[in-house]
Amino acid sequence: MFARGLKRKCVGHEEDVEGALAGLKTVSSYSLQRQSLLDMSLVKLQLCHMLVEPNLCRSVLIANTVRQIQEEMTQDGTWRAVAPQAAGRAPLDRLVSTEILCRAAWEQEGACPAPGLGDGHTQGPVSDLCPVTSAQAPRHPQSSVWEMDGPRENRGSFHKSLDQIFETLETKNPSCMEELFSDVDSPYYDLDTVLTGMMGGARPGPCEGLEGLAPATPGPSASCKSDLGELDHVVEILVET
Amino acid sequence: TGDKGGRVVIFQREQENKSRPHSRGEYNVYSTFQSHEPEFDYLKSLEIEEKINKIRWLPQQNAAHFLLSTNDKTIKLWKISERDKRAEGYNLKDEDGRLRDPFRITALRVPILKPMDLMVEASPRRIFANAHTYHINSISVNSDHETYLSADDLRINLWHLEITDRSFNIVDIKPANMEELTEVITAAEFHPHQCNVFVYSSSKGTIRLCDMRSSALCDRHSKFFEEPEDPSSRSFFSEIISSISDVKFSHSGRYMMTRDYLSVKVWDLNMESRPVETHQVHEYLRSKLCSLYENDCIFDKFECCWNGSDSAIMTGSYNNFFRMFDRDTRRDVTLEASRESSKPRASLKPRKVCTGGKRKKDEISVDSLDFNKKILHTAWHPADNVIAVAATNNLYIFQDKIN
Repeated sequence: MFARGLKRKCVGHEEDVEGALAGLKTVSSYSLQRQSLLDMSLVKLQLCHMLVEPNLCRSVLIANTVRQIQEEMTQDGTWRAVAPQAAGRAPLDRLVSTEILCRAAWEQEGACPAPGLGDGHTQGPVSDLCPVTSAQAPRHPQSSVWEMDGPRENRGSFHKSLDQIFETLETKNPSCMEELFSDVDSPYYDLDTVLTGMMGGARPGPCEGLEGLAPATPGPSASCKSDLGELDHVVEILVET
Repeated sequence: TGDKGGRVVIFQREQENKSRPHSRGEYNVYSTFQSHEPEFDYLKSLEIEEKINKIRWLPQQNAAHFLLSTNDKTIKLWKISERDKRAEGYNLKDEDGRLRDPFRITALRVPILKPMDLMVEASPRRIFANAHTYHINSISVNSDHETYLSADDLRINLWHLEITDRSFNIVDIKPANMEELTEVITAAEFHPHQCNVFVYSSSKGTIRLCDMRSSALCDRHSKFFEEPEDPSSRSFFSEIISSISDVKFSHSGRYMMTRDYLSVKVWDLNMESRPVETHQVHEYLRSKLCSLYENDCIFDKFECCWNGSDSAIMTGSYNNFFRMFDRDTRRDVTLEASRESSKPRASLKPRKVCTGGKRKKDEISVDSLDFNKKILHTAWHPADNVIAVAATNNLYIFQDKIN
């Protein structure tokens, strides 16, 4: 995962980056980093395991992070509502590109984008910790430009952007999306009604025929609890199994 | 130990060696069995992993040992018993197993028990299934030795050890609309002495203590533990790193300990406003949180444990490091569980992580840490200073030197 002991080379294209960036509107690196974090989070939410149920705790924590970023962006005034039609397939492309940008941005700045309010942290060089991407990791200033324009068109309200995820995912993997955010109850098999409350109507799982050994009395008395093992052994000898 | 393949392996400490009277016996494999198999949920078209999430011993009541093991969906009660005798002299079959013709039998004999080589058998005695929609993260045996709880992301169920077709739901935090979900249950445990009290922790860094006597559904807590957030260190990752991965009562029942991503906190059950102790596990990771978020390490769930006298606590970290904190002397130590770093029976050398500036000899820099080598599970012997540390697929047993 992390390359041990690899020194990150200082790539000599930095003057290109600076030149290109100078031509852009001034955007604080904090906004860029925050946007990267948002994009990374959205990618994480989208990447569901196809076979195994996704980890609900992780999904909730990532979604909360997305919500926090969106709230802050709304307060900043950098979050503008947009018609959902404009989104279309673009979000998916945008997310993939900016994921690469995330790494490129860190490599360029040599610091990890860990935005904090009232920023008292010195962002020490963590370049060795950032995952070592292939040599082809794009470090184009153009992608920064694209990054600037893209989001402006595609940003929607929080619910809309999550809806975009829902739409994209529904076509790809309906069961996965269900697990994330919608009610899993289905008309045929309502686990909640069956299990919540006193009566469990659930079938017992495969028990290998040992259910019968449970004592018939509702509460276990001391004699029932004491050594089922001895009982087994004796029973086995008696029936000569 | 329980592994990703659904297997449980039990180790037993041998008798002390007479030739080395000052050293405790070694642990060797006692029994291995397949506890859980992979399953397929046809309704959701999803696999159910056989990976063992938790194992809990039941208090021993006779010669056999009982434990509960669970994967994401199903809890099983296993009985591990020894067989060192076999019966000989059956009436209806020969010694080699062939059936005897009943008409040839002229006399009855009583079978005799004869000694045999020790055989350790594991058999599933109860299977508690179909009660959890979400992934089970905790099981905890009650002090009444009759009931236990199982907790998943949104619900906690109470079971009776003898009854498998019914469980009682005692906590349910599932919102009516799943889109409003912002908090999940991360761990739960029964109080060691009060059988009506349990706690559960959440992904927002809170702990709720519930009393089952107050109502059937313990949605309203009796006590609510949360440390106020430090506004100066707030970041987008604050909530994630405050998520509690483990909660453990002290043996005394007076305190509980919680593990979040960067620290271990000790709480006095009588004080809800803040912990009485906070121990930093690997504070040097605070500036790396973004990278750890990207590679998902920030979601790693570390456990923690008390020693038998509640005077020390232990938890794991990365690079096969684990940390021990002495609550009395306020000293802490970082040790490493790896074959390369220590010979058997040699004392472990304390390790140190260098956080910046010049790296001293024998120190390791933060950037060189191997985040694939994480110690999530540790355990402390309830009476001795012997610890078990799980490092990937190796189990290390350490003890303090006698003399």
